[in-house]
Amino acid sequence: MKAAVITFPGSNRDGDVAKALRQAGATVENVWHGDHQLPAGTDLVVLPGGFSYGDYLRCGAIAGRAHIMDATRAHAARGGLVLGICNGFQIACESGLLPGVLARNANLKFVCKRQHLKVERNDTAFTSAYAKGQVIDVCIAHGEGNYICDTETLARLEGEGLVAFRYCDADGQITAEADPNGSLNHIAGIYSPNRNVLGLMPHPENLIDGLVGGTDGRGMFESLVGAKNAA
Amino acid sequence: MKARVTVTLKTGVLDPQGKAIEGALKSLGIEGVGSVRQGKVFDIELDGADNAAAEAALKAACEKLLANTVIENYRVELQA
Repeated sequence: MKAAVITFPGSNRDGDVAKALRQAGATVENVWHGDHQLPAGTDLVVLPGGFSYGDYLRCGAIAGRAHIMDATRAHAARGGLVLGICNGFQIACESGLLPGVLARNANLKFVCKRQHLKVERNDTAFTSAYAKGQVIDVCIAHGEGNYICDTETLARLEGEGLVAFRYCDADGQITAEADPNGSLNHIAGIYSPNRNVLGLMPHPENLIDGLVGGTDGRGMFESLVGAKNAA
Repeated sequence: MKARVTVTLKTGVLDPQGKAIEGALKSLGIEGVGSVRQGKVFDIELDGADNAAAEAALKAACEKLLANTVIENYRVELQA
């Protein structure tokens, strides 16, 4: 598994996601946003978390128009894997890789806490190491994570099984109380139609070492490396 | 040539910032405030004097970057 982690001005989780990928057995190259091409043989492009361009204009709006995003869109169109985490999810939506918008949290608060998620399906390159319906304990840290799209898009996401994760409580109950930002249908992450692009607000890369609170995030990186080995 | 682009949230899109501002105005005792929606204004200076070309360029700017048309509308006004 060869991963390319893109650094935009203001990205700050690029190092953490690279560490999580290396721990799972991937080789990682860091790529600058102004580059026009991905490294040869890239299997996975990662759009990391952070505050690209200081969240100016709209979160992810300016990064979504960076040169490297043309190469990333072409990579996704060829069936290549793309993972957008937090600001990376916002960038994926702004660049047209995924539908919808991450709007200001409904309660107007920046939320930074542990959060349970329900894994909607485990037959994708991102989630095969989890069980279907598994409740995982990860972290969230965002002010604009309120997923919004039009009713037609929402019906398509639900109908085609493109919701990847939903916010839930420790028992796996998907409720408004367990939803930290007001997202439609409590959506925490979505796939592209071919499920080769995943965007999610939570940070699985935070939870890869028991020493710092848990390892529920490891499954995503192990899934990705496993998907490459199986291919 | 100068232009002003106004970007506003579409009707029905939740605007928590507008709601918070509305609450603050009411708590200040400012009377007659029904509701508040927050938007963005861009003042743009353009080269050239051709109105049609300027409008086309600004429309492209809105569609490509200034507005996210999933949730926002935009309006372009050319100023003398």
